[in-house]
Amino acid sequence: MSTETFLPDAGQDALPTTLFRFATAGSVDDGKSTLVGRLLHDSKAILADQLDAVARTSADRGFGGDGATDPSGKQRIDLALLTDGLRAEREQGITIDVAYRYFATGRRSFILADCPGHVQYTKNTVTGASTADAVVVLIDARKGVLEQTRRHLSVLQLLRVAHVIVAVNKIDLVDFSEDVFRAIEADVQQVGRELGLGRNELNTGGLADLFVIPVSALDGDNVVDRSDRTPWYDGPALLEVLETLPAADELESHLESFRFPVQLVVRPQGALAPDAVAAGLDAAAYRDYRAYAGQITEGSVKVGDTVSVLTPGQDPRTTTVAGIDFAGHSLQEATAPQSVAIRLSDEIDVARGDTIAAAGTIREASADLYAALCWLSPKPLREGAKVLVKHGTRTVRAMVRNVTGKLDLASFQLEPTSTLELNDIGHAQLRLAASLPLENYLHHRRTGAFLVIDPLDGNTLAAGLVKDHPGDHEDERYSI
Amino acid sequence: MSTFLTEEPTQVTDAPVSTRLSSLDTLESEAIHIIREVVAEFERPALLFSGGKDSVVMLHLATKAFWPGKVPFPVLHVDTGHNFPEVIDFRDRTVERLGLKLVVGSVQEFIDSGELAERADGTRNPLQTVPLLDAIQRNKFDAVFGGGRRDEDKARAKERILSLRDEFGQWDPRNQRPELWNLYNGRHTVGQHVRAFPISNWTELDVWRYIERENIELPGLYYAHEREVFARDGMWRAVGEVSQPRDNEAVTTKTVRYRTVGDMSCTGAVESAAATVRDVVIEVAASTITERGATRADDRISEAAMEDRKKDGYF
Repeated sequence: MSTETFLPDAGQDALPTTLFRFATAGSVDDGKSTLVGRLLHDSKAILADQLDAVARTSADRGFGGDGATDPSGKQRIDLALLTDGLRAEREQGITIDVAYRYFATGRRSFILADCPGHVQYTKNTVTGASTADAVVVLIDARKGVLEQTRRHLSVLQLLRVAHVIVAVNKIDLVDFSEDVFRAIEADVQQVGRELGLGRNELNTGGLADLFVIPVSALDGDNVVDRSDRTPWYDGPALLEVLETLPAADELESHLESFRFPVQLVVRPQGALAPDAVAAGLDAAAYRDYRAYAGQITEGSVKVGDTVSVLTPGQDPRTTTVAGIDFAGHSLQEATAPQSVAIRLSDEIDVARGDTIAAAGTIREASADLYAALCWLSPKPLREGAKVLVKHGTRTVRAMVRNVTGKLDLASFQLEPTSTLELNDIGHAQLRLAASLPLENYLHHRRTGAFLVIDPLDGNTLAAGLVKDHPGDHEDERYSI
Repeated sequence: MSTFLTEEPTQVTDAPVSTRLSSLDTLESEAIHIIREVVAEFERPALLFSGGKDSVVMLHLATKAFWPGKVPFPVLHVDTGHNFPEVIDFRDRTVERLGLKLVVGSVQEFIDSGELAERADGTRNPLQTVPLLDAIQRNKFDAVFGGGRRDEDKARAKERILSLRDEFGQWDPRNQRPELWNLYNGRHTVGQHVRAFPISNWTELDVWRYIERENIELPGLYYAHEREVFARDGMWRAVGEVSQPRDNEAVTTKTVRYRTVGDMSCTGAVESAAATVRDVVIEVAASTITERGATRADDRISEAAMEDRKKDGYF
């Protein structure tokens, strides 16, 4: 494992790096900002001028008291300062909003969504986890599994995050005690069992795995390098895990069928790009060019594949893929998450909001939507509310018929309610003004996701996860 | 390894990644998806285009998103009046080559008409906000693409990909919409507009590696060249009409290049022998100073300099 800054050789490029997205979640004061700062610092993503600014501020504020040093004898700096972006955050010593960080090793480029834990933790965790391949949940070794840890883990289970890594932080403050760590580890595994985390052949919808790692963010133990102060722990350091876990699209690509929400129709009608014409594009050959632009959300597609075009309010139409174009190149095959333009063999009317899918793999579109909603707005949800639902590239009007329950994130039980408030997760039934090709989020992390939007001010009210209709078969384990 | 919940623990292996897209391909696909979403959902988008490398990459991505059709929106440039002449020339040639409409907002005109006052330090970057908002309002642009990246600055790290601006063009960092999955919510009311940052997730190194891979032309001052310079605020400033040395500032000739190309009055050069894109990629990969820290005097004014300008409606 290399933690050197990626430095390409002149004349010879290393194997291209791949992208890995992860998020961090934690409670107040469990050292999350410090952990993030430590990861960035030890992976050499912090540049000299940034470090200078942090060292100056740390000294000004007397961080850690006079003469506070780390085990190697160097003056300690407040690594949390590396990630506090806004003035109010620095003044109040808190983190307000999800912040995105970037670092790379020789193998991977990382996008880190740093999600604050103190207020609106559900909103922030849901936001960060929605795009994450993995989430790192922090626990303070002195406090162990808290109610908020249970809440975090159940949100991650609900959002179907592929990998969960629990970092038991401040292990230095419990004298690197194996007993303390093992007790917390057992508690985490107990919560995992209650939630149905863990993947095996019978249970492909579960989380892929759950790691528990003892770390000290302040001193760097088991963050980038394995620590010799935890000899009883023979597992990998945090960055080692992040560098080697398969990304979500690697895990899913073989399981999922082709899905392609059409973003727009590329139909230049003679108005061709002058630079393309100058480069020799035959304008006559492109007079009737018509392709459907979008990003493949799931699976892959080949030229010649039979596909269904799903248009709201119409029966699915079947055709074949005549071509896959990308910026002047014709591809034989494309896979998620590539952005391409697809040409179809038959002249059928296709527009934004339609979905092109592998034939015979998608069920009938429906105007009845059963969903779990993560409520992200201070404006509560009431039965009868009129909202907008954005699913794929389509936005439709909808009415909330009823709210069927609210999840107690600590006990994992559904409780009766008729309203949802900020940070609540509940179940609701909606009636859509037009039918949509809805798919269960459990198996389709993209086409099973939607936004609930306030038609008045346009704000995002909720993250929605499509559930099967009641009565359809559903794995009881995932009933939350 | 004792900490898996699975019955048979999987080993963490060094297995090479199979058919996954490279990080550059993934970032490119994400950016094109965002550009297409904005074009599909907004009435009048425009792209901020300064001739700087990030905006050049943005325009390149737009040509790929709509190929073989034309880029379906105009480009908008806020001219401080202190721009490098070779960058303005590059801008005009690019617009011509792609058959685009160019809208220019002029800081000089606002100063001449008395609507803006020259700052004591001569820096015009902060003055761009008023002409920018004026151009947005006058042209009724409802979405404005920018080449901003989250790795540039601590305030930008908290910016959404689609970022709502109120009637006064202001950013409210404490009241941002959550951005979930790849579902972007661009709804806005009359008078509001949206800033769209499709390359939010790119780093400076990604941008350079992409420029290399796609063989994208940039203004020549990004590459090493000889120039008359003088030292000020710990960086090399070019000698030019609006950038004159003071009596105690000695002029020398150095081999330099620019890491950002903004206003001549506040953009500094770095000493560099990187004459090709390959050299620059290597230099950036090995660099230990962020691009803004190295070359932008206006970001040094206070630790919250960028945040303050963004709240007022800056790029």
